[in-house]
Amino acid sequence: MTLFEEVPVTTTREIPVRRVQMRVNGETRAANIEPRLLLAHLLRNGLQLTGTHTGCDTTNCGACTVLFDGQPVKSCTMFAVQADGHEITTVEGLATASELHPIQEGFKDEHGLQCGFCTPGMMLSAKALLEENPNPTEDEVRWALSGNLCRCTGYQNIVKAVLWAAEKMRGYTPASDDAADGGGEA
Amino acid sequence: MALDEVKIGGLGASRRRVEDNRFIRGKGNYVDDIVLPGMLHMEILRSPLAHARIASIDVSGAWAVPGVRLVLTGEMMAARNLAWMPTLSYDTQAVLATDKVRFQGQEVACVIADDPYIAKDGCEAIVVEYEPLPPIVNPQQAMAVDAPLIRDDKVNQADNKIFDWEVGDKDGTDRAFAQADVVSEIEMHYPRSHPSPIEACGSIADFDRSTSKLTVYMTTQAPHIIRAAVSLVAEIPEHMIRIISPDLGGGFGNKVPVYPGYVMSILASILTERPVKWIEDKSGNLISTGFGRDVYLKGQVAMRNDGKILGVRMHTDSDHGAFFSDAQPSKFKIGLMHSAFACYDVPTAHLTATGVYTNKAPGGVAYRCSFRVTEAMFFQERMICAAADDLGMDQAEFRRVNLVRDDDFPKRTPFGFLTDSGQYEKCLDIGLEAIGYADFKQEQEEARKRGRLLGIGISTMTEPLGAGNSREYDILGIKMFDSAELRIHMTGKAILRTGAKTQGQGHETTWAQIVAHELGIPADDIVVEEGDTDTAPFGMGTYASRSTPVAGAAVAMVSRKIRAKARKIAAHLLEASEEDVEWELGRFYVRGAQDRGVSIQECAMAAYSNVPDGMEPGLENNAYYDPPNLTWPFACYIAKVEVDPETGVWDVLHMVAVDDCGVRINPMIVEGQIMGGLTEAYAMANMQFITFDEDGNCIGSNYMDYLLPTAWETPGFELHEVVTPCPHHPIGAKGIGECATVGGPAAFVNAVMDALKHTGVRNIDMPLLPDRVHDALTTGNDVSGMPPVKTEA
Repeated sequence: MTLFEEVPVTTTREIPVRRVQMRVNGETRAANIEPRLLLAHLLRNGLQLTGTHTGCDTTNCGACTVLFDGQPVKSCTMFAVQADGHEITTVEGLATASELHPIQEGFKDEHGLQCGFCTPGMMLSAKALLEENPNPTEDEVRWALSGNLCRCTGYQNIVKAVLWAAEKMRGYTPASDDAADGGGEA
Repeated sequence: MALDEVKIGGLGASRRRVEDNRFIRGKGNYVDDIVLPGMLHMEILRSPLAHARIASIDVSGAWAVPGVRLVLTGEMMAARNLAWMPTLSYDTQAVLATDKVRFQGQEVACVIADDPYIAKDGCEAIVVEYEPLPPIVNPQQAMAVDAPLIRDDKVNQADNKIFDWEVGDKDGTDRAFAQADVVSEIEMHYPRSHPSPIEACGSIADFDRSTSKLTVYMTTQAPHIIRAAVSLVAEIPEHMIRIISPDLGGGFGNKVPVYPGYVMSILASILTERPVKWIEDKSGNLISTGFGRDVYLKGQVAMRNDGKILGVRMHTDSDHGAFFSDAQPSKFKIGLMHSAFACYDVPTAHLTATGVYTNKAPGGVAYRCSFRVTEAMFFQERMICAAADDLGMDQAEFRRVNLVRDDDFPKRTPFGFLTDSGQYEKCLDIGLEAIGYADFKQEQEEARKRGRLLGIGISTMTEPLGAGNSREYDILGIKMFDSAELRIHMTGKAILRTGAKTQGQGHETTWAQIVAHELGIPADDIVVEEGDTDTAPFGMGTYASRSTPVAGAAVAMVSRKIRAKARKIAAHLLEASEEDVEWELGRFYVRGAQDRGVSIQECAMAAYSNVPDGMEPGLENNAYYDPPNLTWPFACYIAKVEVDPETGVWDVLHMVAVDDCGVRINPMIVEGQIMGGLTEAYAMANMQFITFDEDGNCIGSNYMDYLLPTAWETPGFELHEVVTPCPHHPIGAKGIGECATVGGPAAFVNAVMDALKHTGVRNIDMPLLPDRVHDALTTGNDVSGMPPVKTEA
C-alpha cells in the first residue's frame, strides 16, 4: 500500500485548512482538513473506513470507538486535528488479509452481535482491555465495555465473546458447541 | 442416506451467522456508509418550543452560506402539496410546519448543502420567530374543558380527543363484578419510551431525471409499505420507485413509519437532481421519531375468595403526541391491548380506551412489541400481582388457579382471540424451581429481620405474534401477509428472497436453515437477500415478531413447492411413477429400493438440462403466506431483587426466563433474542424513559439524559426452554423477538413491589428510579410518573 496518501476532504472556502498526518491501521495518511472536522468523520468520509460508526454524538454509545495510540477513544468527540502525528486503529485494522483477530472470531462464535452497529466499537474496547489484562474476570470485561452501548444482545454474549478471545489469545482452544459452523468461512 | 440435518445447518442447528462475516470486519453497509456521486447532504432545523405559532421564517441567512444548495420551508412544501402527509393511522402529519409547531423537535425547515457541516451552518443561519402557546403534556390536561386545541388544522376537531374505543362484553363483565367476593383495583402509567436503535434514521434519495426513477436508500423495516406510501404521497408511479433498505443498525419498531426527513430528502433530490443524504442525529431521533407506550391504566379484577378470576375491566388513556401516527393494524385503535389476560381462564372482560393529542412527538410504534401488547401484558401482570396481594394469596398459586390448562386448547380469550397451544403450568414450575421459590419466603423473612429487602416478581403471559391473518389485520387496507421467492440454480445452489427485512434478527442465517430443512440443500449453499423492492417479493416487513410466523412460513411453503416439482423430475430421472418416489432429507428414492435415488442437486441440474416432456423447465417459485391465526408463545419470567432501603437502588440477584416459542430454528439466535429482550425489559423497569417538563421540553433528548443500561448494570440471565409446536405454522415455530421485552418489565416491578410489601405501597410507576423507590419507602405512598403540568404562579 501507499506510504503516503492525500485524502480529499471537502472544505468550505472561509475556514482555513490544517494539514494533518497520522498512521491509520499501520499506513501513513495525510489530509488538509477544517479544524472543526471530527476524527470519526475524517475516518469515515475522508479515508472511507466506514466500519467506525457514529451513534449518539455525545460520547455515550461508543459505536465510534477507535484506538488512539492503543487507548480506546470515542472518535465522534475528538477533532481530527488532535490526531495529528498519532496512531489510530479502526475495526478495519483488526484482521490481517488471511486471518481474523481472535476477538472477531469470538464475537462470531459466541453470537456477540446482532445488528452489528455497535460491534466495531465493542471489539476495539475489548482489544484495549485484553492487551492490558490478558486474563480478565467477567466483571472486568463488563467494566471495560461499559462505555459501549448495545441495544440488541443484552451483553451476556458479548462478555462471553471477549472471554473466548482472551482464552484464545492466551494460547488455549476455547470451548465451542458442536453446532454447524454455518455462514461459510469466517 | 438421509443427511444429518444439524450438519447441513437445518432446523435446530445453532448455526453461526452469515451476516457476521461482514459486521465483524466493519464491512456492514449501513445507510450512512453509502456514497453516491455528486451527493448533497441535508440537515433539519427543529422547533425549540412544544407549542407555538410560527410568525415568520427568514431563510436568507442560510442561502448566504457558501455551499448551500437548497433551503426548504413549510411554505415551499405546501406549494407542492407536500406540507402534510398521511399517517399509518388515518391522520395527517406535518412534514414541515406551516401554521404552528406542535411538539418540541418538530421539523421547521431543512438545508441541503455540499457537506453536512455546511448544512448545519445553514440551519443555524435561519431565523424563526415563534409566538408561544400553552403546551399540553399529559392526557388529563389534554381533556380539560378549557384545553387549547392542538389540531386546529383539522376541520371538525373540536377538542384534543382522537378516539374512544371499546371491546369486550360490558354487561357480562358488570354481572361478573356484581358476583365477586373481592374486587382489586390498581392505576398506573406505562411511561413513554423510545426504541432508540444505536443507528438513528436516514435516507439517500436519488431521483434520475433521465429515467424518471426514484431510488431511495432508507433505514426502513418495511420497504414495500414505504414504496406504496411514497407513491401516494409524492405521486410517483410505484414502478418508478425503488426502496433499498441496507443493513440496519437496529430497528425495534422505530424504523417502521414514514418520517418527514425521508420525504424532504426525496423532494430535495427531485429539485436538485442530485442524490441527497439525510442522516438524523441522536437527538433528532429521540425527540421526533416513533416512541412506544405512554398509556395510563385503570384496572379492576373481580374474584372469588378461592382465587378464581370472574372478570376484568380495563380503561386506558393513551398519549399519542401531536399526530396520530401509530403504526398498527388499522382496525384496532389501541393496538392489541385486548390481548391482555389471554393466558388466563377469564370468563368475561371489558376494555375501554381513549386516545388524545398532546404537544409531544408523534409515534406510538410497536417498540419491540406487537402493537401495545407490551402495555397489555405489563398491565395484566401488575393487576394479577395486586389481585393476589388483595386476596392474600401466594403469587404463584394465584396464577396456577387461573392459567389456561394444557387440554383447554383451542381457547377463546376474554376479548375474543383464539389461543391454540401451550404448557403454561409446566413453564411456571420450571421457573419457580430455578429461582428457588419454595425456600424464598423464609429467606425473605430472615433477610428482613436483618434490614435487607428482598423480593420476587413473577410474570407469566402469552402474546399474539405474527400479524396477521388477512381477515383481521391490515394497515390502511393493505393485508398483512408475506411472501418468499426461491430460485434453485442448476448446480443446486440457491437464492432466497423475502419481503421481510432483517435488522439484527439474522434472517440471512435462519431463512437458509428453513430451506435446508425442507430441501436438504446445505444452508451454506443458499444466499438470502432482503430489502430491495425491485428484487424482493412483496412483504409487510419485519416488526411485531412477525418474520418467522409469516415470512418464515412463506419460506417453508415455497420450499415445498420446489420439492413438489423436484419430485416429478426425480420420478423422471428414476424412471419410476411419482407415487413410488419417497423423500428423505436431501434426496428422492424409489420406494422399496432406498439405494436407487437422486439428490436434490441432481434434480436441480435436470431442471435445466433434462426435464420430462411437457414440463416447464427451471426450478424456481414463490409463495404468499396468509397465516390462519397468530402464534402464541408463552413465557414465564421471574426476577429476584434486593432493594437498598437507604438509597432506593435495587439490584437483580437472579433472573430466570422460561420461554416456549415452539420449534426453534436456530437456538443460539433465539437465546440471543431473549437476552436482548430481557435487557430492554430491565431498561424500562430501571432507568429508560422519556418524560417532559411542564413547558413540553423533552427530558431524554440524548444519551446523557435517556439512560440505557450498559454491560455493567445489566444482570445475567438464566434461560430455560419448553417446546410446544405451533399447530398451524408449517414448521411449528412461534414468534420470539419481543417476548422478553413484553413480559419482562412486570417481573422486575413485581419483585420490587414484593420487597416493599410491608410498607403498603401498591404501585410505583416505571422506571423504578432510586428516588421514586426511596420516596415510596419513606412515605408509604404510591409514586406517579405522570409528567407535571404548569400551574399558575
